[in-house]
Amino acid sequence: MSECVIPTLTTLDVVQSKSVLPPGYKADLANLKGLDLTAPMLELLRRTTSRLPQDVIDALVKGRDAEEEGSRAFNTLNDMVRNIVLADGHVTPLCQDTGSIIVWVRHPFGLSQRAAKQQIRAAVVEATKRSWLRPNCVEALSGKNTGTNMDPFHEHHPAFHFEEWDKPDIDISVMQKGGGCENVGAQYRLPDAALGAGRDMKGVRKCIIDAVVKAQGQGCSPGILGVAIGGDRVTGYEKSKEIILRKLGTPNPDPKMDTFEQELTKDLNTLGIGPMGYGGTTTVLGVLVEEMYRHPASFYVSISYMCWSSRRGTLTLKPSGDVSFD
Amino acid sequence: MIRLTTPITEDQIRQLKVGDEVLLNGRVVLSRDMGHKYMKEQKPEWLKPLLENMVIYHCGPVVKKHEDGHYSFVAAGPTTSIREEPYQAEVIETYKVRGVIGKGGMGKKTSEGLQKTGAVYLHATGGAGSLLAERCKRVVDVKMLEEFGSPEAFWIIEVEDFPLVVTMDSHGGSLHEIVLAESQARAKALMG
Repeated sequence: MSECVIPTLTTLDVVQSKSVLPPGYKADLANLKGLDLTAPMLELLRRTTSRLPQDVIDALVKGRDAEEEGSRAFNTLNDMVRNIVLADGHVTPLCQDTGSIIVWVRHPFGLSQRAAKQQIRAAVVEATKRSWLRPNCVEALSGKNTGTNMDPFHEHHPAFHFEEWDKPDIDISVMQKGGGCENVGAQYRLPDAALGAGRDMKGVRKCIIDAVVKAQGQGCSPGILGVAIGGDRVTGYEKSKEIILRKLGTPNPDPKMDTFEQELTKDLNTLGIGPMGYGGTTTVLGVLVEEMYRHPASFYVSISYMCWSSRRGTLTLKPSGDVSFD
Repeated sequence: MIRLTTPITEDQIRQLKVGDEVLLNGRVVLSRDMGHKYMKEQKPEWLKPLLENMVIYHCGPVVKKHEDGHYSFVAAGPTTSIREEPYQAEVIETYKVRGVIGKGGMGKKTSEGLQKTGAVYLHATGGAGSLLAERCKRVVDVKMLEEFGSPEAFWIIEVEDFPLVVTMDSHGGSLHEIVLAESQARAKALMG
């Protein structure tokens, strides 16, 4: 299993040919009331569940090539790349844990959020039927699986974030966040006496290092960290997930924060945890940080850990009728 | 690379050491959170012939049901094993299980169980759902599907050259403990 896998995905033409959208499909944004998002959303889910974003693949390959050839870390990263190629080719889920489905919808004035939610939920049900998603919504205490990925109260799963904006486009982003990595997320309240972490970037850095050491390989390392500084217990965690939508390798708009992210990524990769916690130099693929505002008395550092299979995607509908996926 | 086929003897297991790479063949039983709670609390007899000298796999697969009623695995990588820590040692002892496949490793209690009964913890690459599903060649049977739901059911499958690493052996060795200790020391230095 140690032969070096070349990470070539199917071409966009092939992806297009397997699309659930009929050829020449156009979205009619002039008639927001009559718009049906079900099919474009189903296509988005088909892609996110089976095709990893290129920036994540590039980071994994870079990590693999930095490991000693034939080492357990190298072989593991190589298997991850092999898995990426297989899932894309077969259009099957990259991981059996197809995650919790988190959806962000940004839309112009006039779109019914209630209708959009219904249509997106219908797409999730259909994707589950097609085995693109595993039924991952169970009643908290009994553990009873609803079988459809729907919670009957229309409240918790999938999770929705709507925002009206002044652009004419509709953007829908989706994240499939696995349970293993969700379990190793952490929220710190500064100052933290045990860590010796104060209310400054040095303190924030200590929290992040601590979270990564506690996570070990459990969140399926090498992971991607979304870190929100500030906010409250809810908004901090929410932001920490949204941050993970940012592509790896795109600079943080704040140059100081950008330097912090890059230096910390290097430092975390000296921890020796490695892929799956087997040891090695690839412990994280990136650290993404954003500063928020906060109550004067509270200082939270909220950290979401995304597994190496960082399944995310964005669907854009334009007034021209064009539908694109990124 | 060591090839093992289930059922496995205690003698074969005692020879395995942390770091050994294994290709597993034969029958494997899937079980995770609900199954482990059920095995510990109710100790069902019917599972005994299925588990003796066999291997448990911590996995909640994506399963496809075909038109003729047979099942196949679409994605089937390991789930995080530490959630079974309260149950695992007792399950191993009750059912004489020889191996547990999962990810992330397990704790002291399980390590003691592995030593006592003669079993190992086998680590699979997390997230490699597509790759590992290809090695799950056949779904033989499924138990408690109605009661537990698909991800939690006892799926009985046959695997072929299923790639694994021994990260906890039957002599008290644990790769996870070593990596944890080293990374904690390094973190201390980084924090200054």
